[in-house]
Amino acid sequence: MSYLALSLTLIFVLIPLILSKTLNLGLEKDTFIATVRSIIQLLAVGYVLKFVFDSEHLIYIFLMIALMIGTATLNARKKGKSIDGITWKIAFTLLTVEVLTQGIILGFQIVPATAQYIIPISGMIIGNSMVLSILFLNRFTAEMSAHRDQVELILSLGGTPKQATHHQLISAIKASMIPTIESQKTIGLVQLPGMMSGQIIAGADPIQAVQFQLLIVFILLTTAAMSSIFLGFLSYPTLFNDRMQMLKEKF
Amino acid sequence: MEKVYEPAIHLNHVDFQIGDSKIIQNITGSFPKGKITTLVGPSGAGKTTLLKMCNGLISPTAGEIFIHNELISTYNPVDLRRNVGMALQSAPMIKGTVYENLELPLKLQNKKLAETGAISYLGDVGLDRSFLNKNAVDLSGGQRQKVSIARTLVNQSEILLLDEITSALDRASVKEIEELIVKINNKYNVTMIWITHNLEQALKIGHYTWVLMKGEVIETGESKLLENPQNELVKRFVQGVME
Ligand SMILES: Nc1ncnc2c1ncn2[C@@H]1O[C@H](COP(=O)(O)OP(=O)(O)OP(=O)(O)O)[C@@H](O)[C@H]1O
Ligand SMILES: [Mg+2]
Repeated sequence: MSYLALSLTLIFVLIPLILSKTLNLGLEKDTFIATVRSIIQLLAVGYVLKFVFDSEHLIYIFLMIALMIGTATLNARKKGKSIDGITWKIAFTLLTVEVLTQGIILGFQIVPATAQYIIPISGMIIGNSMVLSILFLNRFTAEMSAHRDQVELILSLGGTPKQATHHQLISAIKASMIPTIESQKTIGLVQLPGMMSGQIIAGADPIQAVQFQLLIVFILLTTAAMSSIFLGFLSYPTLFNDRMQMLKEKF
Repeated sequence: MEKVYEPAIHLNHVDFQIGDSKIIQNITGSFPKGKITTLVGPSGAGKTTLLKMCNGLISPTAGEIFIHNELISTYNPVDLRRNVGMALQSAPMIKGTVYENLELPLKLQNKKLAETGAISYLGDVGLDRSFLNKNAVDLSGGQRQKVSIARTLVNQSEILLLDEITSALDRASVKEIEELIVKINNKYNVTMIWITHNLEQALKIGHYTWVLMKGEVIETGESKLLENPQNELVKRFVQGVME
């Protein structure tokens, strides 16, 4: 794409700005910020990626992944303030999901072990894992405060914290995974997935693009399952003390 | 209370504090073994808080609680709560049928409750077998309270803490539950601590009573103290409830 063509894409920013102005939606500022941020962030990433791909140094790949995990953690932890050590729990979850998934992909040599593959796939793994963590934490904390009387009931009958939170944990894990599973059911019928579209526009063979997309779909399913389950089992114990009592301020 | 008795539960200078507010203040006393002790007092006096401490759902912020002469903290919380059963004031139900609710205490120990057992527990609280497969969310307030009592009995605890278990029941059902509790107390020598707003009930079925106000025990003794309280505050409380 030429820079002239790229500048013309700003028309798509002007449309919402004008609509917001005329309809008094009050979204001008946010639209403007979003536009500026996406320009800066994406251009920066583009140059960084070019540098990393050219240098072929492993250390840069690790740095990029660390940066992704760090940013994703800071973003997701806002939803789990009531859980002690949530930052480390999310970071650990993201790291584990990334290592396990990449371990399988690279271990079986499903794709070549080069930065060109590792980094975009890591981005998808970590990004999806972050979204799942947010969905899970949202639902789990809501479930816990809505059903605290049932948690107390099970404790009062001689149940352990694990038994007392089992139901809420399972429904939060399920609820957080449903969007991933549902969106894969209609994939390709309505919207072509972003990565596949990108490849096709860039001139790749559609069949080749589909094969990669399938890999991504399967990766997203496994990261969805792993993220919420890991995070779930790391989170629930912090809501109780060692006398198996509910920490009131956490509910 | 000049008679010598063995305490099932003993409290020694017990406080419970949340932030700056003292909810229980310096309570010392015993609940005698094999007896029914009622806890009475106005709303917010700290009755529920006191029972929850005895079942280990919360811990005192100062002082000690002894269960059968052992410090409460020496018990494993799971064993403690099975031995000191509690029927919660709100009679919460888990999702599912009445049967699943009755089975819950055993299910937590990976055991099953036979259908005949469940029917017999239901019978104890005056519900027939048709309730077994009812969805717990469809129960009336009184029926829920009955299921909650039945469920508390399943653990066959040595001590039972009953938090206003008849507040939503009609007169006939109240009588039925009172008879059941007295029967269990007689037959199995189960120690009962029963919170009630019904002073006639406290007089009728309680051996002993504690009057709580603002987190303090202000009068204790045999239940008949409620007929002729010494303390001016208790006098006014009793008149207020009775009239
Ligand atoms: N977790 C808590 N946080 C803050 N305050 C609490 C908490 N639990 C209890 N309290 C306060 O402690 C006081 C005693 O509560 P408690 O439930 O023990 O009263 P109660 O005697 O059982 O009253 P009722 O007869 O209405 O059931 C109340 O003022 C209540 O607001
Ligand atoms: Mg109460």
